Parts: sequence; structure tokens; C-alpha cells
Amino acid sequence: MKGKVAKLSYGDLTIRSLSFLYIGLMIVLPIAAITMASFKGGPGHLWKQILQPQAISSLKLTFLLALVMVVINVITGTATAWVLVRYRFPLKNTINALVDIPFAIPTLVTGMMLVVLYGPRSVLGIFLQNHGIEVIYNKPGIILALLFVTFPFVVRAVQPVLMEMDKDMEEAALTLGASKRQSFFKVVLPTLLPSILTGAALSFSRALGEFGSIVVVAGNIPFKTQVSAVYIYGEVESENLQGALGSAVVLLAFSLLTLVILNLIQRWSSKYD
Amino acid sequence: MIEVKHYGKKKVGQWIITGLVLAWFFVLVFFPLFGIVKETVSYGLKAFVSSLISPASLHAFWLTLLLTVVAVVLNTVLGVVMAIMFARHHFKGKLLLETVLDLPFAVSPVVAGVMLIILFGPNGWIGNWFESMNIKIIYALPGMMLATIFVTIPFVTREILPVLREFGREQEEAASTLGASGWQTFWRVTLPSIKWALAYGITLTIARSIGEFGAVLVVSASIINKTQTATLLIHDEFTDFNYAGAFSAALVLAIVSFIIITVIQFVYTKKEKGLHNA
Amino acid sequence: MSGIRVSHLTKSFGDFTAVDDVSFDVNGGELAALLGPSGSGKSTILRIIAGLEQPDAGQIFLTGQDVTNSRAQKRNVGFVFQHYALFKHMNVEKNIAFGLEIQKKGKKEIKEKVAELIDLVKLNGYNNHYPSQLSGGQRQRVALARALAPEPRVLLLDEPFGALDAKVRKNLSRWIRDLHDRIHVTSVFVTHDQNEAIEIADKLILVNRGRIEQIGTAPEVYETPATKFAASFVGNVNVIEAILEKERILVNGAQGHLRHQTLENGSFEPGEVILLVRPEDTTISREHSIETPGWIPCEITGIHYRGSFYEIDLQVGTNVVKSIINKEIFVQQQWQEHQKAHVHFKQYKVFEVSDGYQTVHAMLRQLGYIE
Repeated sequence: MKGKVAKLSYGDLTIRSLSFLYIGLMIVLPIAAITMASFKGGPGHLWKQILQPQAISSLKLTFLLALVMVVINVITGTATAWVLVRYRFPLKNTINALVDIPFAIPTLVTGMMLVVLYGPRSVLGIFLQNHGIEVIYNKPGIILALLFVTFPFVVRAVQPVLMEMDKDMEEAALTLGASKRQSFFKVVLPTLLPSILTGAALSFSRALGEFGSIVVVAGNIPFKTQVSAVYIYGEVESENLQGALGSAVVLLAFSLLTLVILNLIQRWSSKYD
Repeated sequence: MIEVKHYGKKKVGQWIITGLVLAWFFVLVFFPLFGIVKETVSYGLKAFVSSLISPASLHAFWLTLLLTVVAVVLNTVLGVVMAIMFARHHFKGKLLLETVLDLPFAVSPVVAGVMLIILFGPNGWIGNWFESMNIKIIYALPGMMLATIFVTIPFVTREILPVLREFGREQEEAASTLGASGWQTFWRVTLPSIKWALAYGITLTIARSIGEFGAVLVVSASIINKTQTATLLIHDEFTDFNYAGAFSAALVLAIVSFIIITVIQFVYTKKEKGLHNA
Repeated sequence: MSGIRVSHLTKSFGDFTAVDDVSFDVNGGELAALLGPSGSGKSTILRIIAGLEQPDAGQIFLTGQDVTNSRAQKRNVGFVFQHYALFKHMNVEKNIAFGLEIQKKGKKEIKEKVAELIDLVKLNGYNNHYPSQLSGGQRQRVALARALAPEPRVLLLDEPFGALDAKVRKNLSRWIRDLHDRIHVTSVFVTHDQNEAIEIADKLILVNRGRIEQIGTAPEVYETPATKFAASFVGNVNVIEAILEKERILVNGAQGHLRHQTLENGSFEPGEVILLVRPEDTTISREHSIETPGWIPCEITGIHYRGSFYEIDLQVGTNVVKSIINKEIFVQQQWQEHQKAHVHFKQYKVFEVSDGYQTVHAMLRQLGYIE
């Protein structure tokens, strides 16, 4: 609103410069560094790093598993939010509190929990193995880990919107002759859509970068169960930083893309307010 | 706060959906929690205690505490400063800068680690200079601090910002017409109004700092009694098949997480109340 | 001087000039109203006086001292915000004590002063209530007590009754007038409500589009409007399109004419004019013919009961004119809708229209004076 640049007081100046310095030094500089380092050998070289058979195979796996997870998470997350807001049942408040547990538990511990539960040494794991289902050290284990660490995203995005959404709107639809199913798909779902998409984008972005829980459950076999984050870690460990940069830049680009998409969703949904 | 609503008679469909959601929740979240408790208990109390009070383990927990304190202090102070700037200052490119602030949430922790190596590693832009001063950053404590700080930067600002915006300027202006300086206004008017949001942001920062693994793993050499944090200790013992040690430490972290989640819930309820009573 | 002097104040936000070369004085102990429609810049002027906004140009003097470059915290003004801006985490006592604590006054002194103020604003017994537990009117009184506590040089009130409902508003505005008569602190309040301003202010400062339109006492502004804006803003007014001829005025679309009698105040060129007529300055009659100068034929199109009087809509040519008739006369004359009649304007103002009626109407509509 201000036409001229307002004179900043010393306090404002301190706040401004501290903030710029912190964001610049801690966030912008590292990102600039990794981007420049990866383009050091030219875009052709970077492209070659990305297309390295092992790198590209782990990238493909990462995106595929993240996608599968998002589909499941959108359905279960929305259903969970729905049940928590709309229905009454025993232990509801406790369960509502426990929804955030995956955010608090270290991801490494998450992975170990899954190994204990479904691993080759557990009763359940042995049972599943006898029926030809390998969870741990295979793809289902990775999806389970991803589902666990991203569980709260969709629930916590949808829940507040659902709480604020008046029953009036649905009831209006019902009085206008809509069936319950029609009122859900034509009134409720479109209202929830921005928040569902927000939850989905957050989950997807988190899944692309997830490391701690996967490294324990995945087995990390190249071309089979090695995701990108684990591949990058492997390259760094074997002192091949250049090899890690291709995949790292791809993940970084998708992180940025997610933020842009989240901004767009927010702008799109705020037009109804 | 979740308000329990009850709309007429419950239908079969409702029961089925509720049942499915509960079943999913138990399989996904509750069973694994139960599993780790059972696993740890199976090694016995003695193994639990002895593995926890081993020097390596004590040092690892101490290091995690240290990293957490550093990250919390720095990110709380600067998080508040940044929130004030985003809420009260107007300048071109503010929206872009706000998006940049969210990057640490979106970036993979492993990639974050790689970024720090490139910048602060022995051959890195800044690392080079420190190397010449004989200061080691990567594979040493400063690098691990940077990693922990990086992954937790946005929490405090993100929690305070909406509250500051809703709170608006008027009360601060009122304080200034009553003779309060900017500093007095902050301590007497602004801070009391954002305290619960701040507490929530700090709690999230603590939880993430304690549990951070990927970013810290990449920049530390995980040397026992030196650069091994609690999560790194758990990882090393787990991969060395020392399950008793690994699960004992993991259970401790899980319990701490549980306590944190309870605190978060408490703080969150307070925060919501504060917002709506306002 | 002991009051407030505002001198050649200018302030822009981007391309928008909110305050345009504004100057006025408020004498010591006076209660002045900054009156104008929303967006006229009146709040910005008040905020500049308080130091909450920086002017692009101009000066502010408080009790004779140039404070243009001093910050809000140093000016010692009491400011009452439209939405109270009470500290939500402090109870009534703490809110009122805030300014005194900042001044590092002694505990005993603060306690006495707070008790005195609570008594003054009649909030005894509410000492430990939080703002969320108070009604709108009570909050406003706390805000007032808080602003008065540090004994400010001047008291500034931004739409002090804007957020209150009609009844509370009326009581509180009278109460503020009484309070001002007792404590005599130089005060300026911003309002868009002319009745409120007329009722309690010693001096009206009319603001429109960032400029001062007129300054004067309520009777001065009401009786002798200096500009068309002042006339139309203070009190309800009819805007009537007419043509000025050499000897008479013809109301558009109507037969009959007005005599030239009012034109002694200026020499108008013949052409399009606007007549401003207050509803109470009209008389309706049945008995006159078209030939009688000063009486214009009309038709009654609407009758509205307003308690002690009736408001009557008249179609006068192409113009709709509101007229006010007191109850006894109305009953006596037995007016009904669709009746033909004649209307007489006891008093009116003539304004030249240089660029067509539409522009004038558009301007008045934009300012919110006509629908």
C-alpha cells in the first residue's frame, strides 16, 4: 500500500536484515551451491548423471511408490477426518490425539517398528511369507513406511475444513432433492477438494524425500528396492558426490514444484472465501 | 478442539466406515507402536538398562539434547524475528521469500545433507575457508548443528505467523500511543498474544530435532562418543544386529515422542481456545 | 497555543492522495469532530496527529510544540481505536494501568489513578474482567479510561461509536460530551455520522476526498453551507435538476417556476443548475394554480409514517423530492397517494452545473449522499 518506501526504524532494520541474512545464509545459499555444483560439468553432464541406470531406476521407483501411497492416503486420510469430525465413538479423542504420532516419532524408529511387526522374525511376517507375500525388504514395506510417516498430512488438512463446513450446505442439497450420495459428491467433496489436494501434495513431497524409515525396511537392493534418497546416501558414502547430485537436483526440483503447487491450491481455494 | 456431533440414529454405513477407519488406524499406527514395546520387553529389563547407561549411549543422548537445544534457541529467536517481518513489513518479493522459507519442509533430509557438504565440506565454498582456519564443519559437530537447524527452520515462524496476522496491529499501536517503546510493546503486548502458538512451534522443533536422522547421518561420520546422536546410535546398533541396544534406545525416543505429542495436543487446545476467546 | 495545530498536511498511499494540504486548529479544551464519508481521509489525519502514520508533508503541533518528527510513543496523546484494541490478555485494571506502568509510576499511585478512572467510566466491579467478558459499550469505556490514564495532552478518538449498536451509541456519545465538559481535555473524534457530530462537537471539520470542505460550529455548518458538499452532507437534502433562465428557475419536466429571489448572492449565467432543498423546507398545498410563482405542480407517490412526522415522496417533473410534514398538518390535509398537489420551496440553494447533471449525480452518488 505504501507509495514511498517508508523510513525504517532501527528496530525494523534489525528485523529485516536478520531475517534476510538467516534465510539467505541457511536456505538460499545451500540451494544455490547445490544447483551450481550440479551444473558444473554442463547440463549434458548433469543429464547423464540423472540417467545413470541405477539413479534413474531408483528415481522411477521413488515416484511410483509415492504415487501409490498418495492414492491410498487420500482415501484413508479423508475417511479418517470424516469419521473424526462427524461420528461419535469410544476413544475418539485419544485417537484424534494419536493421529499426530507419526510426526513425532523419529522416522528411523518407524522403520524399525515395521521390521519388528512384519519382518522375517515375527509371527505375522512368517505367516505372510508362507503365503508368498514379502513385506519387509520389499516394496510393500516401503509403501507401509511411507503411509505411516505421511498419515497425518491429509487428515490434518481436511479436518479443519470439514469442521468449519456447516451441515447447512448438505442439508440445503438434501432439501433440493439430492440423494445423500449426490450431496456428498456434488457439495461436500468439491468443498474439501483443495484441502485434500494440499494434503496429497504434502504427502507426495514428503514421500519423495523420505529416508529414515525406508532405509531400514527397504533392503535397498539396486534396481529393485532402492529409492532415490537411499541411492544419494550411498553415493555420498562411497565418496561419489558428483554421482549423487543428479538425483538430488531432481528431488530438489520437485520440492520446489510442490511449493509452487501448494501456493496455487491456496490461491485457488481462497477465491471462495 | 474436536466437537462431538451426533446426527440422529446411526446407520449401518456409518458403523462400517468407522470400523474400517479404526481398523486401518490400528494396523498402520497402533500395531507398530505395540510391536516395539513388545520387542524391547522381550530382551528384559537388565538389557534395557545396561544398554541405555553405556557411555556410548549416554553420549549419544547428550549430543541429541545439545543439537536440540541449539536448534530450538536459534530457530525460536530468529523464527519470531522472521514472523514479525513477514507479518508487519511490506516489501516487494515478500511472498516469494515466504515460499523459500518453506523449502526445508519440502527438501529431502538427505539432499539437505548433500547441500551442506557442498557448501561446508572440505572442498566447499565456505568449508574451504574454515579448513584453512583448521575448523572442521562437515563430519563434525558444527555440520550436525547446521543440519538440525536447517530441517527445523520453518516451524516457529509457520505457527506464529497466522496468529500475528490475525492479531493485527491495533493493540501494538495502542501500546505505542500509551508511550511504550517497540521493545516494551513486543514483551508486554505481542509476545503474550502469540505465546501458545510459539509454544506449539517450539514443541514441533524439539520433536523434529530429536528424531532427525537423514540430514545428520549424511554430514556426520557417526563416530561413537563423538558425532553419534541417538538416532545414529540406534541405526548403527540395528545394522550391527545389536537389537537389544537398538530397541532400548528406540523405545526411549518413542516414549519421548509420545510425551511431546501429548504436550503438543495440550498446547494446541490452549492455542485454539486462545484464538477463539480473543 | 494550547490545542492542536495541523498545518498543510499531505499524505499519499501509492497513487491515492488520502490527505491533501489539510490545515486546521483545535483550540485547547475543545471537542472537535472530523466529519466525512468513509475513505475521505479523516482517519488518516487522526493517525498522523497521533504519530501512527508519517505525513509526506506538513506539520503537527501539540500544545504549541512541533511533534512532526517525534514517534507515537513520545507524543503523549490518548488514542481510542475504533475496535477498542484492548489488550486481550490483560484484565480491565491492567489495561488501564498499562500507560502508567510504562511511565514507571509508583505502585500506589497507579492503583489510585486506576481506581479513579474506573470510577470515572463507571466500571466499578469490573476490575478483574477480561475484554472478552465485556460488552461493546463497556470495552469502549475501558479504552477511554486507558487512553486518559497517562494524562495525555490531547485525546483522539477514531470512530469511537462505530462498532456499537444504535442505542448504546446514543447514550455513550452523550456521556462522552458530559465527560468532556468535566475534564476539558482537547479532543478530536472521527465520525461519518453527522447527527453524532452535530450533537456533541464544539467544532465540525468537514473532510471530503482528503480536503477540508468547511470548518465551523454545528449551527454554522448546518445553516450556511459553504459548499454544495457541506449542504448535502449535513442533514438530508434533495438534489433537484433545474434550468436557470433570466428571471426565473424551471424545475426540469415540471410546469411552473420559482422566482429569482435567491440569486442576490451571486450572478449566475443562465443554464443548467442544481437546487439543494432540505425536506423540512418544503410545503405542500392543494390550492395553487400553475400561474402562481413559487408553487410547482407535483404528484404524491409515496407516504411513509415516521412517528412524529410523515415523509412524503413527490414526483416533481423528472425529480423525486422528499418532503416532511408534521403529523397534525398531515391528518388535517388528508394526503393520499397519487394525489396531485403543489410544492413550495421555502428555502433553497442554487448551484451551477458546468458539465451536465450526470457528472454531479455521479459524484454525489459516489460520495454516498444520494442513492
